[in-house]
Amino acid sequence: MAATATGIHHRSYTSELRLRATRAEYFRLGLMTVLLLVLPFVLDNYWLSIANTILIAVIGAVGLNILVGYTGQISLGQGGFMAVGAYSSAILSDRIGLPTPLAILLAVLLTAAVGVFFGLPGLRLKGLYLAIATLASQVIIEFLVRRDIGDFLTEGLGYINVDRLAFLGFEIGGRDVFEQQWYWILLVLAVLTVISARNIFRTGLGRSFMAVRDQDIAAEAIGVNLTRAKLTAFAVSSGFVGLAGSLTAHYSEVVSWEKFTLDVSILYLAMIIVGGLGSIAGAVYGAVFMTLLPELIRRLANALESTMPFLGDQLPAVRNATFGAVIIAFLIFEPRGLDRIWQRMKDYVRFWPFRY
Amino acid sequence: MSTFLSLLAYGLADGAILALAALGFVLIYKATGVINFAQGEFLLVGAYMFYTGFVVMGLPLVGAALFGVVVATVIGVLVERVILRPMVGENPISIIMVTIGLSMFLKAVVQAFYGTTPKSQPAILPRSSVEIFGAMIPLNRLSAILIAAVVLTAFTIFFRRSRHGIAMRAVADDQQAAMTMGISVRRIFAMAWALAAVSALIAGVLLGDISAVDQNIASFGLLVFPVVILGGLDSVPGTIVGGLTIGLLHQFTAGYLDSGLANVIPYIALVLILLVRPYGIFGETRIERV
Repeated sequence: MAATATGIHHRSYTSELRLRATRAEYFRLGLMTVLLLVLPFVLDNYWLSIANTILIAVIGAVGLNILVGYTGQISLGQGGFMAVGAYSSAILSDRIGLPTPLAILLAVLLTAAVGVFFGLPGLRLKGLYLAIATLASQVIIEFLVRRDIGDFLTEGLGYINVDRLAFLGFEIGGRDVFEQQWYWILLVLAVLTVISARNIFRTGLGRSFMAVRDQDIAAEAIGVNLTRAKLTAFAVSSGFVGLAGSLTAHYSEVVSWEKFTLDVSILYLAMIIVGGLGSIAGAVYGAVFMTLLPELIRRLANALESTMPFLGDQLPAVRNATFGAVIIAFLIFEPRGLDRIWQRMKDYVRFWPFRY
Repeated sequence: MSTFLSLLAYGLADGAILALAALGFVLIYKATGVINFAQGEFLLVGAYMFYTGFVVMGLPLVGAALFGVVVATVIGVLVERVILRPMVGENPISIIMVTIGLSMFLKAVVQAFYGTTPKSQPAILPRSSVEIFGAMIPLNRLSAILIAAVVLTAFTIFFRRSRHGIAMRAVADDQQAAMTMGISVRRIFAMAWALAAVSALIAGVLLGDISAVDQNIASFGLLVFPVVILGGLDSVPGTIVGGLTIGLLHQFTAGYLDSGLANVIPYIALVLILLVRPYGIFGETRIERV
């Protein structure tokens, strides 16, 4: 699935390993950087909050894509893993009183460990059986946080109030700067996530993930340790997912089980399918697309309210129906997602006036 | 004792309905190799279609049932033709995801048309109770068990005796060999989806009658996974054994321990079965170990 752009010929291994090969790629990178840096100054708080949601989704989607897109282990447990990250980080920072960055770090490690535990069935199962096993893990985790046995998690409240993010003497400010300051924090973390994920797949470990996906028995025959590769993939992926979960907790300042249902798992799977399985850029496109889609639908419904009041009344249903239809449409018409579409557009421009 | 008996009746009724739902799931998996995550939504759509025929359009019981069967068949065939056929040969993740997309779509469409509040529907099955060994057993549960048993028997006879049933088993066994014998695999695929939709319709209507016609039917339908994993993904008798076991497990946990736990215990059982015997009780031991 890691398609190489046509028309770029590498003459050395070093050049093949480079992340960016052409001048156009550097140019686009520069453009993107400028855009991301300017964004918080031009957007209002509402749009910034959407941007922040997108950035968290990017982290979660990249994490999920490592597991599903690159290692070929389908997971319906995304929501559950995010819950682990969110609850543990909220409890560690607020109740035990650890500094927030440390709490987030520990939450990430804990989620990675939980991911490895629920990845254990993946050592023996694949494909549909694994899908069902991870569905079970989602249901079980959801039940545990919802039931909250002994009121350990929420102390009987049903949710956890998380203090405003503060670390090293810095505290997130009030309403007018809240979104903007979060934007910078989330941007840094999302960029770090993307860069590190991108680099994992330049190492032997990352290549072994892809070997497991493409043909597990052949991978084992050429010396890939399947157990290690699969469990590491579960750990790395769940780590990022846990980060997304704990950021959700600190950003929204409240943790409750409704945010981590099976629907969330499906939403994230939709992101990586729409964006492109097995592509880091695809995970980013998918996160942007699937977060902006409800907003788009809402505006469309508002605009059509006079002619079709039905749309506005049934907004959640219309949104879910569109989500389902988008998933189906992408799988049927472009299974490799937005990433492939973008790739094709670039090829078209590069080869114009020739067709390929 | 009386609690035990009534829980037994409730569990068997749930189990019989689950077996019907799982039957559709197994049909699809056996014939086409597709894991249908939208089976619960098929139940939901079935229940609402019957409601539409019975209450909204005011058809008599038989007419409403026929209407439901026709719509379910059309939906089943459409789903196969429009969504699953282009996906033949894709990797399992894509096929699982396409049915998840379908489940989301169907559920949302039902919600858009009928809203989230439960629909009131006149009782089809008798509402009175009979006393058995001191336990009051509602008659509708007993009739649900009976109807499910009749339908399951009918399906079993269909597979054993009828021409189409045997053709379906042939396709499930070996598609290419079936094709050389002149069986239209495409038609069998369409038939599998249609039959699955119809059995889901019956399950949905029964469930709607003994509980309520609302969105919870879909989440009840999610319980087919423990059922089919327990019984074996490709086994028709397995759906009955699995369905009854999970139904009883669900009701006994709800009755004796905790109703919240009851919704999770089937999944805990599922994980244990996957660890010990992933192909289930009656399933073919074709699972690949890696």
